[in-house]
Amino acid sequence: MKAGSKDLAKATVLFAGDSGDGMQLTGGQFTQTTALSGNDLNTFPDFPAEIRAPAGTVPGVSGFKIHFGSAKVYTAGDQVDTLVAMNAAALSSQMDQLKEGGLIIANSNGMDARNLRLAGINEDRDLLGEAEQRGFELVSVEITRLTKEALKDSPLSNKDKDRAKNMFTLGLVYWLYDREPERTERFLEKRFADQEDIREANIKVLRAGHHYGETAELFRNRFSVPPADLAPGRYRNIKGNQALSIGLITAAHKSGLELFYAGYPITPASDILHELARSKAYGVQAFQAEDEIAAITAAIGAAFGGSLAVTASSGPGIALKTEALGLAVMLELPLVVVNVQRGGPSTGLPTKTEQSDLGQALFGRNGEAPLPVLSCASPKDAFDVAFEACQIALEHMTPVMILSDGYIANGSEPWKFPSSSELPEIQPPVHKAEDGDYTPYKRDEKGVRKWAIPGTAGAEHRIGGLEKQAETGHVSYDSENHQQMVRERKEKVERVAHGYAAQEVSCGSKKGGLLVISWGSTYGAVRTAVERLHKNGIAVGQYHLRHLHPLPSDLGKLIERYDQWLIPELNEGQLLQLIRSTYLVDAKGLNKVQGVPFAHREVEEAIVGMINEKK
Amino acid sequence: MKQVKSYTSKDFATDQEVRWCPGCGDYGILKQVRDLMPELGLEREKTVFISGIGCSSRFPYYMNTYGLHSIHGRATSLATGLKMTRSDLSVWIITGDGDGMSIGGNHLIHLLRRNPNVNILLFNNEIYGLTKGQFSPTSEQGKQTRSSPWGTVDHPFNLSALALGADASFFARTVDRESKHLRETLRQAHEHKGASLVEIYQNCNVFNDGTFSAFTDKERKQQNTLHLEEGSPLRFGDPEKPVVLTWKNGAVGAEEMGASDPGSHWIHDPYDRAKAQALSRLSDDMTYPRPFGVLYREERAVYEDLLAEQQKVIAPKRTADDLDALISGDAFWQVGQ
Ligand SMILES: Cc1ncc(C[n+]2csc(CCOP(=O)(O)OP(=O)(O)O)c2C)c(N)n1
Ligand code: SF4
Ligand SMILES: [Mg+2]
Repeated sequence: MKAGSKDLAKATVLFAGDSGDGMQLTGGQFTQTTALSGNDLNTFPDFPAEIRAPAGTVPGVSGFKIHFGSAKVYTAGDQVDTLVAMNAAALSSQMDQLKEGGLIIANSNGMDARNLRLAGINEDRDLLGEAEQRGFELVSVEITRLTKEALKDSPLSNKDKDRAKNMFTLGLVYWLYDREPERTERFLEKRFADQEDIREANIKVLRAGHHYGETAELFRNRFSVPPADLAPGRYRNIKGNQALSIGLITAAHKSGLELFYAGYPITPASDILHELARSKAYGVQAFQAEDEIAAITAAIGAAFGGSLAVTASSGPGIALKTEALGLAVMLELPLVVVNVQRGGPSTGLPTKTEQSDLGQALFGRNGEAPLPVLSCASPKDAFDVAFEACQIALEHMTPVMILSDGYIANGSEPWKFPSSSELPEIQPPVHKAEDGDYTPYKRDEKGVRKWAIPGTAGAEHRIGGLEKQAETGHVSYDSENHQQMVRERKEKVERVAHGYAAQEVSCGSKKGGLLVISWGSTYGAVRTAVERLHKNGIAVGQYHLRHLHPLPSDLGKLIERYDQWLIPELNEGQLLQLIRSTYLVDAKGLNKVQGVPFAHREVEEAIVGMINEKK
Repeated sequence: MKQVKSYTSKDFATDQEVRWCPGCGDYGILKQVRDLMPELGLEREKTVFISGIGCSSRFPYYMNTYGLHSIHGRATSLATGLKMTRSDLSVWIITGDGDGMSIGGNHLIHLLRRNPNVNILLFNNEIYGLTKGQFSPTSEQGKQTRSSPWGTVDHPFNLSALALGADASFFARTVDRESKHLRETLRQAHEHKGASLVEIYQNCNVFNDGTFSAFTDKERKQQNTLHLEEGSPLRFGDPEKPVVLTWKNGAVGAEEMGASDPGSHWIHDPYDRAKAQALSRLSDDMTYPRPFGVLYREERAVYEDLLAEQQKVIAPKRTADDLDALISGDAFWQVGQ
């Protein structure tokens, strides 16, 4: 059978195998090559919570999903076109993700009795036969055996030979999607620069896989996804935590300050710590503290000393930071706190995504302690949000919270990155010795106090968590003064909204009909859903809310232009409550807490349902 | 040339009224610290006092330097962040027995193991003063307080042993009433490069009056205190007829000084860890007097210096071009023009 060639607008591929099978690397390589071929794309890894779950079992399955296209891609895809399954556990647990008639590339050597047993499946079952019966197109390849055969002359141990099988798979999938393996060859050359045997074996197997696709005539079709019509510019592929880290370093550079980052390891925020720990050359000090309280308080100490101070964690760690966050509010020092959200409460679902810490970010402190809260819409957006958060913190002398989540942190997409010269300089209100007398809590027209940094002669002053007298900052228990200071801190934060651009819808109808309000990582699924329905003549628009506090002052007007409102969230309705109580509109929620993002279909159904109900 | 400022003690006072209870031991400590600052040649703008929460932690408001009155137990971690980024500053931590050993115990031991060059003044009054008289982690077992009406059953911390266990590079003990000893001990703490922990016995005359009277009363202190001086024998008691401690193969003993063989005398060597360990346990059951002065010191690499050394071997990338290279990464591509 000779494969026909088929042009596709979009495709979703899921690589699934055992944690030890190298699926993340395989997916990562496929992503780089796809990005360089000019597609728009979005990826999402789905790895097990256990570090070393027993090999071959369902909890040990590690997946990497990529959605790519010649048109704009906003999510990592709902249903999968091609599932690559390296063993029985991967096939049985991921088969339901396939679309009707989807393609399975199965490593038949990973489907034997032993693998079935490990996957908790009766050894008599014929998993591959069942897949075919369900109408999937099955391509069964002896990947393990073919890999070993390709390496029969290699000096590597049997175990090391076995480990190269992901490269065979990658080669095969490259062939299927009409991609050349060169980029990955160069990657392998670099990665195994001083391990010749491993380098040669991997390259050989990669080529063998590609060649096998060409000669074995396995597939009905070969696919080609032409380049997307992306705006001109320079692009790179980037993950959320990486974009966020680079945004922080950029903000430090643009403000002329040193970046001090303190953290305590926690999924899914640890990669920010890793990224910044290796950025010492850029003037970053990354501090792994003894706990999250130490991390945020060390950051506050560094902020007092004149650094751009940042700390990041996930829900449980943010809970620990709460008291110190109140201190930062009270001191009015710049500080950026990142919450890469995961499933909660408590330890919850550490490796799964959720948006259920919005209430914690907005209200989770004792006393009246408002602070600006921003959210990232997607991996690349994390750069802009990080930069803006630093800018607000430094120019308004306030702690700022960034909400990201597991989906954004580990997901990736192409990013049309800026040149640093396009970005604004950040100007913190630093008090200089030559400015004369220093009054710690005297405010400028924006309500912002001046930052006097130790070492500045004549500006010695004492600040603390006790309520302070307006202007002087001396401890004060006066009741009128407390009222005044609570208001001053609140108004200072509210004035941050003066710096926002005018609010507009992201897509769809500009007025009338139904408005879907998204925040954080629901952006992509909502965008896809609204664009699809709007194209079919349905009056629906999307507004994406980045600034969760203070809310944009023109948002009320925008909301009034519509007749119905839907707020999809990966929580039980936290933004919903805020919008309903702030704007007194009868908004409805679409809520999901399953540890996974929305599928655009779910959003579409909810929109259509609401519109039909009204008719 | 930079003009060296000459300050007096008064220059370190603020216009804020000092608000401890009349008779509180904190006053004496404040006075000694203010007096010491000009002697050490510290500049006001280069000095920072950081505290947690407690009576003792009000201290920074009364020092005309930079100051931070933070939250309960965290002065140590705030100071770590400050010192890591500003090694040029002289950083003084003020904490209490509850602040430093209970809620902030974790940060204290981690600071000690890291060893940044800061001074920690731990005001130990064996009670929670600010919250009005509950037992603290240093209160003796059986102590009756408002939160322990039948006496505590909690075993107390021995701060010197805790500090040695956490690999502190400097530990000393002093007491509020002995102003000269207090000042000299603080001077040594300042001169030590690394984290210096000074336990200051402080009388809370409202909630725990007289806890340390065995070490401060004229009649009793000779018998109950041991003054540590580097290179001198450890002796105590009546100066006319002192008793000397002996150290024979790690075993501690006591002999009448006059009648003893000088070769067996325990000569104080603060650099000797085994002896410091013995000193930290010497008076647990009060058979021997309590040591005051520098129990232990060690030259150990300073945290911020180690960080700076790492920084030195890494070629800096601080230009706009470096930043653009970081932003673009090495696998970028061009779309259109
Ligand atoms: C998070 C928190 N918990 C409890 C308190 C209440 N509190 C204030 S001071 C203190 C104990 C202070 O004892 P200590 O550190 O020995 O200082 P002292 O007042 O004796 O000088 C407590 C429990 C607080 N301020 N913050
Ligand atoms: S309560 Fe005790 S420690 Fe606190 S100020 Fe009064 S005497 Fe001093
Ligand atoms: Mg106390």
